[in-house]
Amino acid sequence: MFGFRLFRTLAFRIVVVYLALFALSAGALAAFTYWNTKRALEAETDQTIQAEIAGLSEQYQRQGLGGLTDVITARSMHAGQGLYLLVGPLAHPLAGNLDAWPALRRTGSRFVEFEYERRVGGTLERHPARGRIFHLVGGLQLLVARDIRERADTERMFTTALPWSVMLMLSLGLIGGAVMSRNLLRRLDQINSTSREIMAGDLSRRLPLSRAGDEFDTLARNLNRMLDRIERLMKGMREVTDSVAHDLRSPLNRLRNRLEGIMRRLPHEGEEAAEIESAISETDRLISTFDSLLLIAEAEAGAARNSMSAVDLSALAHDVWELYQPVAEESGIVLAMVPSKSVQVRGNGNLLSQALANLVDNAIKYTPAGGKVTIAAERNGAGAVMSVADNGPGISEEDRPRAIERFVRLEASRHSPGTGLGLSLVAAVARLHEARLELGDNRPGLRASMIFA
Amino acid sequence: MRMLVVEDDVEAQRYLVNGLRESGHVVDDAADGETGLTLALSRPYDVAVIDRMLPKMDGLRLVQELREHGNVTPVLFLSALSEVDDRVKGLKAGGDDYLTKPYAFVELLARIDALMRRRQPSAVKTKLQVGDLELDLLTRAARRNGSSIDLQPREFRLLEYLMRHAGQVVTRTMLLESVWEYHFDPQTNVIDVHISRLRAKIDKGFEPPLLQTVRGAGYMIRAGA
Repeated sequence: MFGFRLFRTLAFRIVVVYLALFALSAGALAAFTYWNTKRALEAETDQTIQAEIAGLSEQYQRQGLGGLTDVITARSMHAGQGLYLLVGPLAHPLAGNLDAWPALRRTGSRFVEFEYERRVGGTLERHPARGRIFHLVGGLQLLVARDIRERADTERMFTTALPWSVMLMLSLGLIGGAVMSRNLLRRLDQINSTSREIMAGDLSRRLPLSRAGDEFDTLARNLNRMLDRIERLMKGMREVTDSVAHDLRSPLNRLRNRLEGIMRRLPHEGEEAAEIESAISETDRLISTFDSLLLIAEAEAGAARNSMSAVDLSALAHDVWELYQPVAEESGIVLAMVPSKSVQVRGNGNLLSQALANLVDNAIKYTPAGGKVTIAAERNGAGAVMSVADNGPGISEEDRPRAIERFVRLEASRHSPGTGLGLSLVAAVARLHEARLELGDNRPGLRASMIFA
Repeated sequence: MRMLVVEDDVEAQRYLVNGLRESGHVVDDAADGETGLTLALSRPYDVAVIDRMLPKMDGLRLVQELREHGNVTPVLFLSALSEVDDRVKGLKAGGDDYLTKPYAFVELLARIDALMRRRQPSAVKTKLQVGDLELDLLTRAARRNGSSIDLQPREFRLLEYLMRHAGQVVTRTMLLESVWEYHFDPQTNVIDVHISRLRAKIDKGFEPPLLQTVRGAGYMIRAGA
């Protein structure tokens, strides 16, 4: 997993590109050096041969064949790299340190190349050589050459060492790139996992800083500063919400209490008592709308995240099913529960129960008598799923996104009671749990599902 | 009964104190945390009703200090914060119950009543009886006037709670919290439906009816209306 991801990292790709460029330029440099060195060495050999021929030809002109033979014999004695062979018209050797006229290979220039056998410390070795033929009068031929074994060795060394060093360089580069990417990846992973936690609502988390003081630290420091600011804003908002809750609820409290006080003093029967009672229930509705709004705000701020624990969706669904069973029966609706094994998720049991209760409540409200509402909690390919399906009128596809928005109540349902915040609260609870809320077609009817990844 | 009310909202405090006095209780009051703590430590009270947000010392601190002094007076928190989290914090700090503002006065009275009864631990009962209705907690059987009544497990718990608080008003919220362990109000009043089902089982065909609806408050079970 880690290894596979490594190849997709930016750092690794950069390393590969640079490595390719570097290998290319290093290869070009090596090739140029090789070619140049080879040329220089060849030129040196050729010049030496040229100089010897010049010297020998001078001897020949000055002292004739005898002088030439003497010089050749003398030079052959302590020859080193020099090779000489003077042959007669029938190619029989007259002087020199080569035993016989070798098989010559023409090169492009006036020079020839051949191989000969040389005695090195008691064994015979075939050595390459390069030289020139000099024609004398009377069909005599002089071959002046130099052993180029050393030069060939150097060349071979060069050509064999080059691929190895390139390979070594590439593998070192790749290992270095992998290590570098891994380190970068580790830093990025830290940043990513922390960001995820922060996004999930834990605003107190901060990105880790290393001691290196590098670009990542600068980035992390800046992000941390941004988070500080966001946290301050969120805290401020929370404080405002809390004090609004306090300041608005207290007067509501007093209003309700006064009404209640009046009602207690009135005789139980009578028009006034009924009026006051309806005023009290109006106040209660106001309070519950207000509570729903606060709860949605809280859920969206992710504040309830700290109170999450292991929740069995199946048991939770069963309890809600049981709670609503009599209500459904009274409305002439069959409330069914799909039996399932335990489905564990991490969550806030109270909020999840409330969300499911809202869904069931809605389904019962919008399903005509004789209909059926089915609650299910199961684990399938998509993850843990909690769903409520009915066979009522459903919600048309274009209206579904609107149904989740706050305050929006669909035209068709205006006559039914409810604050319209039911589904919005469900959506907020889903977001808090990083679950997906889906409204789908139950053919006929609506299927609302919360899918926990 | 002697009660302590610590509440900083003047009007809410006056209403609360008057209401409690009208109901026959003796009430002391304080408007801030420090005064509240001093009062709570200097006199014995049967119940203390304490607001969570108070000047000088907040309600949570007040109760924590009270508990550290070994004082076990039952405490009912009043708060505008309705989060389950806040409730848990309140109960952890040493509170015995938690009521979210705004509340119905009957709800407050019902809870205070329940708190005071909890304070007098009765012998472990295995049988509850109201009139001719009997509930055997060991065999999980219900009988009225000798004939057995078939109850679902949840109906049994509902009836058990009502009978443990026989003669007391029990609110819908109290039932939701103790029988279903839910800390929210379902949109539809589901409790009423459950009660009417239970009523059909225990009162139908018997005289007198035991399970009564208390107008604007909740329910009460008692022998002889």
